[in-house]
Amino acid sequence: MSMGTISAAYIAAAVLFILSLSGLSNQESSKRGNWYGIIGMALAVFATIMNENVDSYGWLILAGVIGGTIGARLAAKVEMTQMPELIAILHSFVGMAAVLVGFASYFDPASNLYGAAETIHNVEVYLGVLIGAVTFTGSVVAFGKLNGKIGSKPLMLPMRHQLNIGMVVLWILIGWWFLGADHGDGTFPLVLMTLIAFAFGVHMVMAIGGADMPVVISMLNSYSGWAAAATGFMLSNDLLIVVGALVGSSGAILSYIMCRAMNRNFVSVIMGGFGTVSTSDDDDGEQGEAVAIQADEVAQLMGDASKVVIVPGYGMAVANAQHAVSDLTKQLREKGVDVQFAIHPVAGRMPGHMNVLLAEANVPYDIVLEMDEINDELSEVDVVVVIGANDIVNPAALENPNSPIAGMPVLEVWNAKTVIVSKRSMATGYAGVENPLFFKENTRMLFGDAKDSVDAIKGSL
Amino acid sequence: MIISIPKESYKGEKRVALTPESAAHIQKLGHTLRIEAGAGKAAEFSDADYTDAGVDVVKAGEIWSNTDLIMKVRGVTDEEADNVAAGTTLISFFWPAQNEALMKKLADAKVNVIAMDCVPRLSRSQKMDALSSMANIGGYRAIVEAANQFGRFFTGQVTAAGKVPPAKVMVIGAGVAGLAAIGAAKSMGAIVRAFDTRLEAKEQVESLGAEFLELEFEEDGSGEGGYAKTMSKEFIDAEMAMFREQCKEIDIIVTTALIPGRPAPELIMTDMVESMKSGSVIVDLAAEQGGNCKLSKADKIVTHKGVKIIGYTDLPSRLATQSSQLYSTNLRHMLTDLTPEKDGVININMEDEVIRGATAVHNGEVTWPAPAPKLSAAPAKPKEPPKMPEPAPEMSTATKAKMTFGAMGVALLALLSVGSVAPADFMSHFTVFVLACFIGYQVIWSVTASLHTPLMSVTNAISGIIVVGAILQISSSSGLVQFLAFIAILIASINIAGGFLVTQRMLKMFSK
Repeated sequence: MSMGTISAAYIAAAVLFILSLSGLSNQESSKRGNWYGIIGMALAVFATIMNENVDSYGWLILAGVIGGTIGARLAAKVEMTQMPELIAILHSFVGMAAVLVGFASYFDPASNLYGAAETIHNVEVYLGVLIGAVTFTGSVVAFGKLNGKIGSKPLMLPMRHQLNIGMVVLWILIGWWFLGADHGDGTFPLVLMTLIAFAFGVHMVMAIGGADMPVVISMLNSYSGWAAAATGFMLSNDLLIVVGALVGSSGAILSYIMCRAMNRNFVSVIMGGFGTVSTSDDDDGEQGEAVAIQADEVAQLMGDASKVVIVPGYGMAVANAQHAVSDLTKQLREKGVDVQFAIHPVAGRMPGHMNVLLAEANVPYDIVLEMDEINDELSEVDVVVVIGANDIVNPAALENPNSPIAGMPVLEVWNAKTVIVSKRSMATGYAGVENPLFFKENTRMLFGDAKDSVDAIKGSL
Repeated sequence: MIISIPKESYKGEKRVALTPESAAHIQKLGHTLRIEAGAGKAAEFSDADYTDAGVDVVKAGEIWSNTDLIMKVRGVTDEEADNVAAGTTLISFFWPAQNEALMKKLADAKVNVIAMDCVPRLSRSQKMDALSSMANIGGYRAIVEAANQFGRFFTGQVTAAGKVPPAKVMVIGAGVAGLAAIGAAKSMGAIVRAFDTRLEAKEQVESLGAEFLELEFEEDGSGEGGYAKTMSKEFIDAEMAMFREQCKEIDIIVTTALIPGRPAPELIMTDMVESMKSGSVIVDLAAEQGGNCKLSKADKIVTHKGVKIIGYTDLPSRLATQSSQLYSTNLRHMLTDLTPEKDGVININMEDEVIRGATAVHNGEVTWPAPAPKLSAAPAKPKEPPKMPEPAPEMSTATKAKMTFGAMGVALLALLSVGSVAPADFMSHFTVFVLACFIGYQVIWSVTASLHTPLMSVTNAISGIIVVGAILQISSSSGLVQFLAFIAILIASINIAGGFLVTQRMLKMFSK
């Protein structure tokens, strides 16, 4: 295949990828979008294989088959509650691939660049490997935190900011060394930099707590895109650049949406250690007492209501209660109760996590609403049931300017006639902030595991 | 413990202290229940219902003996008190202030008395606040009684036979009873106005869709324990003037104004009643304490110049099934607190603020009145908001525009300086990169939030495009490069296959 044909195939692939992403703008077009992506990928890979410089088909097919099989198995077996972990580990693969391709590109004896072209190529290699390495270890740690292999508490090393700055300075210095080295002599600084980048990725994500994971995952998504783009520059491949830029901006926008939903500054999330700074709201005094309620009374309330809104949080995912919640919804809808779901952007451990869980449990997507769509209507709701969520329904965010979560947009569930909070205990949420919602007059606490509670409600309905 | 529920002896009292439903809960606490035959009849609970719930139905003469605890609605009469054995605990409404002699007598007889009307108003004790549950019913029933006496619709209608204006209802005192009356009147379609000296009531009134009548006067009537206090003379004058004005157009007045331990304040004078339209109705919920209306008489309907003034004092009893249900639930919660171990042993714990407050006689001593509770059920006054750091002055649009242009200028300069040293080849890739970033920005913002997870998995899959780089490298002459490329292809394929397939799986789940 001629270079011209290959380039044309790449252009087609790039367009298909863009269509693939824009297909996700609504549920109807999304499946078609995914097919565009698959076709684009097939086209790009096929065109590349047809390149006259490629001849090691055996190795190529072997690697592709092994990788493809592993990927297919992962995709078929993963539980929806584990989606964040899968996404995290897939990010790490992109990062690792970028590192490997970067090294290979540096070692490739076929390259015969000189002068400014060589310097630029080396800068590209350096940056590609750097971003790839940070993405790799960062995602591995995020994966560990998400599936509980690593504690989700932020790790606070002393002088951690100085440590990070020190690593950045080292990168710059090693970069000078690498660029100054003769052709082929730069291996050692390149490896050294990679090791430091590995350490940086670990340290960065270790310092971030569990509930900031939506930001971290989106950020790593973004990094994996930039790593691909840097690889594209290094290989002078426009398709890689386009895809990298698409993925990079996608992740950046998601991080921005997540940060805005927590009213937090991106830099402060990345710096880590939320909740350890100035939580001086101990002057709240008497909070009042939370009133407990039994499942049969909740069932009665919900059965008599004309409008019910369910607010799911990470607790629902942990207890694997989405199917029970879906059955409950079905029962209520059959009785003529109007049931809707209200999703806060940062509910769960990844953007859109709750939507996927509910979709898995066959909750129709048109009754699953975003926070902005439903917040104003909550005052007309008879019963709001909060399942395993805490900070995202905390009125302190709006009422108490000293609260660590002040200014964070929250679901104003307390405007409803009755609020049922299903929770294991009175413990605080991720932010470590007392939740005055529990002590409101129209709030009732339903203690116990989310799944057991929902099953009990279903039983007595 | 054996708990006995005698039939109410007070004339016209239809309520009963135990329902079959709450019986089941009380038995779980380890208690044995007995009820006098026919006690629940007036509240529509038959003896058979109680037997089914596991309650012993006993004859009238036997109920007072062989028991550890007696639950009633009204307090015991003098004769009944003689029947109560020493060491027995009595739980009922008691009104210790009005019944000091009886209280002494019971103390001498070593009978413990827990007065449900003395339960302190704490948020913790709301579940056993029988006064509130009765007031709620009283407020609702007040509107029903008013509607019964009122000759017109509550709701406005336009019919073929002509236009009907909605009734105008004024509720004075927006406590529990007042709010219940507001809710009932509002749901029947009336125009409702409400007044209360406690400013905190305004929000509650408005939340029910009623209009809050406000005086141009700076005085808050919130007293201790969530009740109102006596107001200054100037305030009362202004209040009267407003009522006088309102009476001319109002059809129905419900008064619920009470100040604890004092006769009810007189708010509706004779001249105000006379200024009302003929056929109007006044329901005076304070008639038992002397009445908010000068003309009201307890337990009677008085007609004065065409205005009917209802002074019933048994409104909760007129809704006997409902009030028995709520009252017995209040008692059930009281018993739960009194039986902390759920072993059927009553423990009158005088350290507990709620139990202490309600206990009027304990171990032969009069313990009423209890020290006043410290906390008001009303929300604490908002504290002065702490000084916030001065917010940065809002930037004017002009400054913002200048800054945007400035940033663009810097970016342009940076671009030019890169362009001046970089080779043309790099610049063309750079063009592609920048444009792709902009396309990505536009495309991603249109992605719906509910598909953010599939978005991440599909971007995962397409960032597997890095495989293209590795494919080009695997045919290298260097074994090391080949090896690295092999691994890279392998893991990038995981991404491609895994990413697309899991996205497909997820998208299939989204269904209407």
